[in-house]
Parts: sequence; structure tokens; C-alpha cells
Amino acid sequence: MARHTISMVVENRFGVLARISGLFSGRGFNIDSIAVGEAAEPGTARMTIVTQGDEMIIEQIIKQLNRLVDVIRVVDLTGENFINRELALIKVNASQATRQELVQIADIFKAKIVDINQKTIMLEATGNEDKIDAVISMVRPFGVREIARTGRVALARESTSKDTPSPEAPLPVWERERKQITADLA
Amino acid sequence: MKLSGAEIVIECLKQEGVDIVFGYPGGVVIPTYDVIQRTTGLKHILVRHEQGATHMADGYARATGKPGVVLVSSGPGATNTVTGIATAYMDSIPMIVITGQVPVHLIGNDAFQESDTVGITRPITKHNFLIKETEDIAQVFAEAFHIATTGRPGPVLIDVPKDVQIGEAEFSYPERPDIRGYKPRTEGHPKQIRKAAEMLTSARKPVIYVGGGAIISEASEEIRTLSRKLNAPVTTTLMGLGAYPENDPLSLKMLGMHGTWYANTAVMMCDLLVCIGARFDDRVTGKLEDFSPNSKKIHIDIDPSSLNKNVRVDLPIVGDVKQVLQQLIPLVERADTAEWLQQIEEWKRDHPLTYANTIGLHEEGLEGVDRETVEKETDQFPLCAQYAIERIGQLTKGEAFVVTDVGQHQMWAAQWYGFSNPRSMITSGGLGTMGFGLPAAIGAQFAFPDRDVIVFSGDGSIQMNIQEMATAVACDLPIKIVLLNNGYLGMVRQWQELFYAQRYSEVDLRDSNPDFVKLAEAYGAVGIRVFKDEDVEGAWLEACKVKDRPVMLDMVIAEEGNVYPMIPAGAASHEMIEE
Repeated sequence: MARHTISMVVENRFGVLARISGLFSGRGFNIDSIAVGEAAEPGTARMTIVTQGDEMIIEQIIKQLNRLVDVIRVVDLTGENFINRELALIKVNASQATRQELVQIADIFKAKIVDINQKTIMLEATGNEDKIDAVISMVRPFGVREIARTGRVALARESTSKDTPSPEAPLPVWERERKQITADLA
Repeated sequence: MKLSGAEIVIECLKQEGVDIVFGYPGGVVIPTYDVIQRTTGLKHILVRHEQGATHMADGYARATGKPGVVLVSSGPGATNTVTGIATAYMDSIPMIVITGQVPVHLIGNDAFQESDTVGITRPITKHNFLIKETEDIAQVFAEAFHIATTGRPGPVLIDVPKDVQIGEAEFSYPERPDIRGYKPRTEGHPKQIRKAAEMLTSARKPVIYVGGGAIISEASEEIRTLSRKLNAPVTTTLMGLGAYPENDPLSLKMLGMHGTWYANTAVMMCDLLVCIGARFDDRVTGKLEDFSPNSKKIHIDIDPSSLNKNVRVDLPIVGDVKQVLQQLIPLVERADTAEWLQQIEEWKRDHPLTYANTIGLHEEGLEGVDRETVEKETDQFPLCAQYAIERIGQLTKGEAFVVTDVGQHQMWAAQWYGFSNPRSMITSGGLGTMGFGLPAAIGAQFAFPDRDVIVFSGDGSIQMNIQEMATAVACDLPIKIVLLNNGYLGMVRQWQELFYAQRYSEVDLRDSNPDFVKLAEAYGAVGIRVFKDEDVEGAWLEACKVKDRPVMLDMVIAEEGNVYPMIPAGAASHEMIEE
């Protein structure tokens, strides 16, 4: 069963999230993650849902979502050229002895240190799911106290080709890093 | 000029052409009822239980195609509508349910008679609204009616707090609303339609499988034209009964769990299955892997989510059934089906629907009753349900509104009444709601005061909304209730007999049933008891003489009769039990 990233624009009114989550639970569909926030058009919100299922189930999910009056547009981004991001706040044990090492790990992942005290530091990491997983696995040996992760947010790129992202579209972290390295070397 | 919220509610109903509302007052809807008592041109029917109101509105909608309207109070008033709303939702029936709600500032406070009505009804409505400002009422009503009646129809609920009914606002009724998230598509894609025409014309063994969508879209004429033009047989689902005349030689009657042997066999053997406004329900398909294994499948439906839900089809067409068929018919040519139709004729001859009654084995199409034999043998045989239904079908020439409850009597009615007109079968198909029959019949009778409305019910089902007898009597409705009384919850008993080694568990009503004749009389209706096949006709004619109140015909039938043929739940159609 493949994972799918479904992005939709919905009416930004009370009860919409309940309609959508109720649809998933009522029909036995999975939700791996869900993220909601205001969208570009006034009065709308963008909802990004990560779900799983075979082809027929995903087709049903999209059709059932489309059937809801409050849902304006639905796209399955999977297989498209799209950017996806998660954000995580990670509170890790940090003594004087380990702090420097944690700062280096944060640096490698371009994670920010957003809070620090005698016993812990808090990292803010952004990236796709794999990257967040990697950050967490790297800091886990130090003792992770708490984690808060957002669901995935995603947007399709404007370009039609997977190889040529339009200049307006933000580059993914990895590509930006690669370009940075190339520039540094030059 | 400013109107109160309650006045606006009533004005909106008038603007939508509503002339009848089924309802029950209560604390938070008193402001609206205060407007109703001084409104002309809008009839309010006082029911005896809110569930009854929803089924009445539902029956009215099924009989007319217009939305049925319900008005009830908050809390228990609203929760009592849940079964009726779910019933309408499963069968795609347009309905507007207006529920009162506690004042806005009390919402969420566990106030007296408060329930989260919008939350409770979210999964069983096409859409629902909670109005928080009097100014919003007109817009919400316009949207609600638009949503309920277009696309795949369904129930829409509007929750109106008491203070919103009392508040005042300027009133003007909006034009057809434009809802950005709701744009049902009615026209079929021309490319898909061309492909369908090719598939149809080249089929050798086609079957047209018609569901309730054809009734809703009023496409009976188009289906007839298509089947004639192609020379292809037609089977209908329970919800599709009446969409195609059953006395037509191309009719295969009903398919599915209790469908005819030849309809199910034809579906199993066909090379092209054209599904029109149906949804491959489990009561139709049985075991999915073995369902119509050798056919290409075309599916026409207005709801894209019905396509490829249960069965993968080769050609899905999204659109209004009537419109798609009108696009399709000119492109279709007569298919070479002579051999196939001959095969079907043989199946019909060898495996007709049958029942055994006082005069022996009865087959469909058999004319007349041999009186002498009947008289000789009636003492030994109880009244036969199938015979009673078939006889009443003949006496009413198949032209009455048939309303059923749920159970054995429902399947017998589907098999034996003989449907030839759309909307003439009013039954709870999807949800299978016992207690639907009597109130739905009341709704249908209000829609058509001069037509025969028959309720076929059972002794279990009728008791689930028997209180609506009082409504029918109060409104002088001449509904004929044919109670097929076997003293059992017959369908469950049949399953226990066939699949649970006759271990009857909690299905016996024999000792606890009331005297239904006396019960009818206690309500002010007429009660007639019938024991013998030969008395069915007389009792029916007697019932027809009563024009100003309901008649209950308590037909005492065999205790342990079964519905055949039967495909056990989850089995394939070749595993059909014929008797």
C-alpha cells in the first residue's frame, strides 16, 4: 500500500475538519498525518493529508472528499512534482559535555537552536519526513525529552517537468545545499 | 421590511414551492410554530413521533420527486429524526430537515434539550448547517434546497437556534446559489458515450441493470427506448422497480439476493453489463469475485464516488442518467442478441418465480384461480402471502403506490406485485428501515390523495411506527395496510432456519402480538382479518369502499414461509437456493 499526499482547498469554516476526519474514520480510511492552515484565496484553508491505500481506495478517498460540499479542490500530489515539508521541535538533553556535538548535528541538518538552558536544548528542524527522521535518530542517543512534529504540508510545483523547477518555486533543502556546496567549491 | 427569523424560515419554504411540512413542536421551535398557526398555503401535518415525520417527508419525496420537509425541535426531537434521515441518505432522497436548537449563547453548555445535532447528523446528511445569525437564514435555505435536490439528491439538515428564529432581518430570497465546492456534473463525456455505443452495439449477450438512479432522474422512457433499440433484456434492483415494466418480454424482473433465477443467471453469463443509476450493492453482487465474471461493464452514475467503488468497471460515465441516455441512444444500433434472448426465454420457462399455495404450485403468469380446488383445500393451508400480493397487484392493475416495510413481506412484494410505473415502489432499500412503511405511505397519500396507497407490512415492522395510525386517522387518509402476519420476525427466522440449524433466537412474536383488528379499531381505523386465499379479493374490495380512514387487513399467513429464490449473503449467484 503506497503512501499518498493529498492536498485540498476547503472552505475555512467551523466543522470542516470534523467533516473530513469523520469521512476518513466512517469509511475506514487511514490518516497518517493531517495539516491545516489558511490558504491563498480568502475564506479558504489548505489541508494536506497523508494517507495509505491501494489504487481503488485512493480513488475512493479523493472522490469522497470531492463529494463534501465544503471541499473546493482535491489533488493527489503523489507522482507529481511537489514540495513537501514537515517541521519538528525536538527537546534534547544537553550537558556542557554534549552541547557542542548537538550544535554540530543541528548545523549539518540546517536545524535551528531555538531554546537552550543548563540541561536541554531545543532544535527546530524543517524538511521532508526522511530528514526529520534523520535528525531525530541522530539526537536520540543524547536523550530526547519531547518531540512536537507537524503533519506534512505540500504544494505542487508550477513547472510541468520534474527536471526543471520554475525559478519562483522554492528549491528543496537538499538541492539548495548541493548548489551551495558547488558555489563554495567554485 | 424586517421579518423575524421564524417568518423568514416559512417564507423560504414558500419560495421553494413547499406546500406541506411534517413536524412536531417543542420548546425551541415555538417561535416558528407561532408563525405556522397563522400561515396560509402551507399545510403542517402533526405527526406522533419525529421519526414518523422524516419517513412521511421521505415517502412524499419518493412519490413526487420534490423534496420532503420536516420541522422538529431540538435534543430528542432532533435525535428522533436520525433513522429517517439515514434512510433517506442511503436511498438518495431529497429532504430538508429543520431542527430547532437552543439559543446560540447556550450551545455547548449542556442546556436543556440540547444535542449536537449537526455533529450527530454529519455522516448521514448530504450536507448540514447551523445558522448563527438571522441574516443568514435565507442564504442557507437557498443553498440547502439546491444541494438536496440537485446532483445525487439527499437529505440536508438546517439547525436553527431559538434566538435566531426570534431575531429580525431584512428578507430577500437569493437566486440559485453558486457554491464553489458543489458543481454536480450532469452531462456525460462525449468520448465515453461514443465508446459505450460501440460496446453496446457489438455486444452479443448484454444485460441492462437499472437502479434507483433511473427513477430519480426520470429516465424510464429512455431505458425503454435503449433496450428496444438494442434488443437487450433489463433487470432492476429493488430501488429500480418500476423503472422498466415487468410485463415487458425484455424484463428480467429484479436481480440480487431475492431476485429471479433468470435475472441473476443472465447477469452471471452476460458479455456486457450496463449499470444505470445503481451502485453494485452487496445485496446485488453477492460474492464480488464471482460477480458477472465474463462481462465488460459500463457504469452510468451521477455520483463519481459510486464508480469503481465495489466493482472495477471498463467504462465509467459520470452524468445524469437521463441526459447520458439521451446522448447515447442516437449512437446505438440494434445488437445481434437473438440467440441470447432465446436462451433467456428458456431460463424463464425452466426457472420461473414460484410459490405453493392452496391450489398447488403457482407460477408467474398463471391466470385465474381454480375456485373448486381452493374450497376443497383451504382448510389445510393457511393464507399465502405471495398469493395475496399477486392478487392485489392484479386488482389494482399494478397502478397503486406500493409502500413496504422491511423483511419477508418486502421481498415478496418486490417479487409478486408486478411493477410497471416509476415511483410506484416506495421502500427502504439501502438502510432497510423497519417502521418505514406506514409513515412513508402517509407522505405518498398526501402527495396523491386520489391514488391507491398500499402498505405491505409485517407484524414486526408495523409495530415500529404504529403510532402514526393516529396521524393517518386524524387526516382521513384511506391507506390500505396489508399486514402479512406470521407471528415471527420472518426474515431473521428464515436465516436462522437456513443458516443456524433452526435455532430460533428472539424472533417469536406469536404470543405477544396485539389483536391488530382491534388495534386498528382503537385508533379509529377499520380492521379486517383474512384467513384464506379465497377471501383476499373480498377483503380488498371491502377495504376499497372505505374512503375516509385507513384500513388494516390483518392477513394471517403461514408461520414459517420463506422467501425464494435466495442467494445467501456473501455467496455467488450460482449458489442460489431455489427452494
